[in-house]
Amino acid sequence: MAIRTKKFSRRSPLAAVIVVLAGLLVSGGSYVAATAAVTSSAKAEVDQATIDTGKKLFLANCASCHGKNAEGTANAPSLIGVGAASVDFQVGTGRMPGQASGPQLQVKPVQFKQEDIDALAAYVASLAPGPEVPTEAYLAQTGNASHGGELFRINCAMCHNAVGAGGALTQGKYAPSLRNTSAKHIYEAMVTGPQNMPVFSNSNLSPADKTDIITYLQYVQENPSVGGDELGNLGPVAEGLIAWLAMLGGIVVITIWLGAKSN
Amino acid sequence: MSNAVTSKKKGGFLAGTANYLDERVGIAGIVKEFGRKIFPDHWSFMLGEVALYSFLVLLLSGTFLTFFFNPTMAETTYDGVFGPLKGAHMSSAYASTLDISFEVRGGLLMRQVHHWSALLFVAAAGLHMLRVFFTGAFRKPREINWVVGFMLFVLGMAGGFTGYSLPDDLLSGNGLRIIDGMLKGLPWIGSYTSSLLFGGEFPGNQIVPRLYSLHIMIVPALILVFLVVHLFMVVIHKHTHYSGPGKKDTNVVGYPLMPVYVAKAGGFFFIVFGVIMLTAAFVTINPVWNYGSYDPSPVSAGTQPDWYIGFLDGALRLAPTGIETVVNGATVSWNILLPMIVGVGLLGVVAVYPFIEGWITGDKREHHVLDRPRNAPTRTAIGAAGVTFYAVLWAGAGTDLIATNFKMSLNQVLTTMQILLFVAPVAAYFVTKRLCLSLQRKDREIVLHGHESGRIVRLPHGEYVEVHEQADVYQIWKLTDFKEYAPTLARPNANGVITIRARIRSALSKMFFEDRVSPVSKTELEAAKHHAELH
Repeated sequence: MAIRTKKFSRRSPLAAVIVVLAGLLVSGGSYVAATAAVTSSAKAEVDQATIDTGKKLFLANCASCHGKNAEGTANAPSLIGVGAASVDFQVGTGRMPGQASGPQLQVKPVQFKQEDIDALAAYVASLAPGPEVPTEAYLAQTGNASHGGELFRINCAMCHNAVGAGGALTQGKYAPSLRNTSAKHIYEAMVTGPQNMPVFSNSNLSPADKTDIITYLQYVQENPSVGGDELGNLGPVAEGLIAWLAMLGGIVVITIWLGAKSN
Repeated sequence: MSNAVTSKKKGGFLAGTANYLDERVGIAGIVKEFGRKIFPDHWSFMLGEVALYSFLVLLLSGTFLTFFFNPTMAETTYDGVFGPLKGAHMSSAYASTLDISFEVRGGLLMRQVHHWSALLFVAAAGLHMLRVFFTGAFRKPREINWVVGFMLFVLGMAGGFTGYSLPDDLLSGNGLRIIDGMLKGLPWIGSYTSSLLFGGEFPGNQIVPRLYSLHIMIVPALILVFLVVHLFMVVIHKHTHYSGPGKKDTNVVGYPLMPVYVAKAGGFFFIVFGVIMLTAAFVTINPVWNYGSYDPSPVSAGTQPDWYIGFLDGALRLAPTGIETVVNGATVSWNILLPMIVGVGLLGVVAVYPFIEGWITGDKREHHVLDRPRNAPTRTAIGAAGVTFYAVLWAGAGTDLIATNFKMSLNQVLTTMQILLFVAPVAAYFVTKRLCLSLQRKDREIVLHGHESGRIVRLPHGEYVEVHEQADVYQIWKLTDFKEYAPTLARPNANGVITIRARIRSALSKMFFEDRVSPVSKTELEAAKHHAELH
C-alpha cells in the first residue's frame, strides 16, 4: 500500500474523547452481538423425549468409555460441557464411537442415523452448556472467499495445507484432508477443537470469519484445478514423482525403443 | 540469377547456394567436420539429448512468459477473474503470474510447460550424469567435460530455484525464507549476507527483481556457454562406445551426424517436446493460485522445494536440532551448518570424482570404450553408495508426506531416515560390490563353458551330461573386453621415503582392486574350446 502522508490539522480537544467513546461502543457492542449470536443461535426447542432417547443411546453406545453420566473414565474424557457441536462432529464424521485406540481417531462410516446423532447431542448438551450445532445461516456460502482464504492460510494451512489437503503432525497424528468435509463439520471442528485441533473461539475467529473460511473451502472443493490433474494438491513432491517416473521414465522407454530399432 | 549459376556450375540452385556459402564462410569444411561426426547407437547415449531438448523448450516457453510477467514487488490489489483472491493485496509479480494463469491466452499451458520442462531438464541431466559415471565415461580425456557437465547440473538447480521463487506466492516465499534462514545461519557473516541478498530485512521488496535478472539472463547465459563448451568437447573427444567386435579405444563405430543423426535427433526433439506438452496439458504444476500471496507469517503443510533442491531440504530436516556452539559471541548453529556442509560436500565429491579415481588408479591412458558397470566393481559400488546417500536425503524432504500417506509416525520416519543416511550407503556399497563380482564370475562361466542348453545327452559309457552351447563371438567379445587392474604398492620416492600420500594411495588402490575377477584370457578361452571339443 502506498503510504499516504496525512495532514495534521488542529481539531477540537473533544474529538479524541468522541473517537475513543465511539470505538469502545463499536467494539463492545459487536462483541456482545457476536457472543449473543452464538449462544442464542442454537437455542433449539429440544424436548425432554429427545433427551431421554439420547440418554438411552448414550448408555448403550458410549457409557462404557465415557461413564454412565458422561463424567469420563480413565479411557475417555468427560463429555460434560463439550456441547452438541462436539457430539455432532465426532459421531457425525464416524470418528465416534471409536473403533481402535491409536494416535488419533480415524474417520469411518457413520454409525448412527442423523436423528440419533441429534438425540445424543441433545442429551450431552443437556448436561451442561457448550457449543451448539451451527444453524444454516452460518454455513451458507455467502462469505468472502478471498478473506476466508487469507484466514485459512494464516490459521489452518500449517497443519491442513494451503488447500486443505491435510498434513502430518507428530507421533502418527495428522491433520486430515478437508476435501470432503461438510460445511457443518468444518464449523463444528473450529468451535470444538477435536483431538489435536485448537479451538477457534468466536473472539479468535468471529462467526463471519468462520463463514468466510467455509466459503473458501467450499470453493476449493467445488472448483477443480484449471491446470489439469491436481496430484492430490500435495505440491512439489508429487510433481517430482511425475517428472521422474512418468516423463523421464516414459522418455527412457522411448529411447530404448529408438536404440533397439537399429540393432 | 539461379539460371546463371546453373549454366556455370551445372548443379542447380542447391549447388549454387552451397558454392556461394562455401566461398564466403567455408561451409564445406564445417559440414565435413561436423556432418561426418560419428555417433554410436545406444539408448543411454540419448539422455543428455533429453536435457538439451528440455532446455530448448525452457528457452521457448520462458521467452513467452517474460512477455507477461511483471517482476516487481510493488503492491497491488488483485482484480482478476480468480474469485478467491479478488480484492487481495499482493505484489505485481504474483498478480501478473495469476494473470498469465487465468487471462493470458495459452498462458497457463506455457507456465506448466516451462515448469515441467525445468523438472525434466535437471532430471535428465542427473540421469545422464549417472550413465556417464557408471560407464566410466569421465575417464581421460573427458575429466574436464565431466566438470563442465557438473556445472550445467548445478546451474540447472540454480535456474530452477530462482524461477521457483519468482511468482511471489506463499510456496516460493517459504522457499526463500529457508534460504534466508540458511544464510543467517552462517556464523559471523550470516545477517550481512542475508541483508545483501534481500536488500535489507527479509523479505523486503528487492528479491523478486534480483532473482528475475539471475533467472532470465545470468543463469541461462551461463548454461548456454557451458552447453556450447560441453558439446564442443564431445566433438573434440568423439563419442564413446560400448565394447563389441571392432570397437576400440582408437575408433568410434556408429552412424554419421548427417543425415542419420540429424534426422533421428530432430525426431527425438519432437518426442521430448511432445511428452512435455502432454504432461503440461493434463497435469497441474505449481498451482500458485492455491497458495495465495506471500506473507511471512503462514507456512503451509507440505511445503517442499522442487525435486532437485529436495536433497538439501532433506538434509535440513534430518539434521539433529539444538546443537550449537558459541564462539566469540557468535552462535554457530550446527543444525543449519551441518546440512549445508553435507549438501555442498556431496556436490564437491561428485565434481572431483574423476580426478580422485584417476589418481588412485594412476591410469593415464585414453579411454573411448565404456566400462560395463560390473567390470568396475568398486566404482559402481561407490556410485551406488552415493546414489543411496542422495536418495535418503531426497526422501528426507518428503518425511511428512511419507508419514501421512503410509500412515506412519512422522517422528519414526525421521529417525529411520537419520539411521538410514549412515547405514544404507554402506550396505549399498558392499551389496553392489559383491553383486558386480558375482556377475563377473557369471560372465567368466559363460565365456568358458557357454550357456546351458537344457539338452541332456547320455554318453556311450553311461554318463549323462548337459550340453553347453558356446557363446557367440559378439557375446564373448562383450564379456571379455575389459582390463584388469591390480593394486599398486606404496613405493619410496626419490629420497627413499614412503610418504603418507603414497600410503593413502596404495590403501585406496587396494580397496579398489584387491577383490577382482580377471577377464578370460585368450589361452583360457582356447583351452576351454579345446576341452569342449573333447566332449
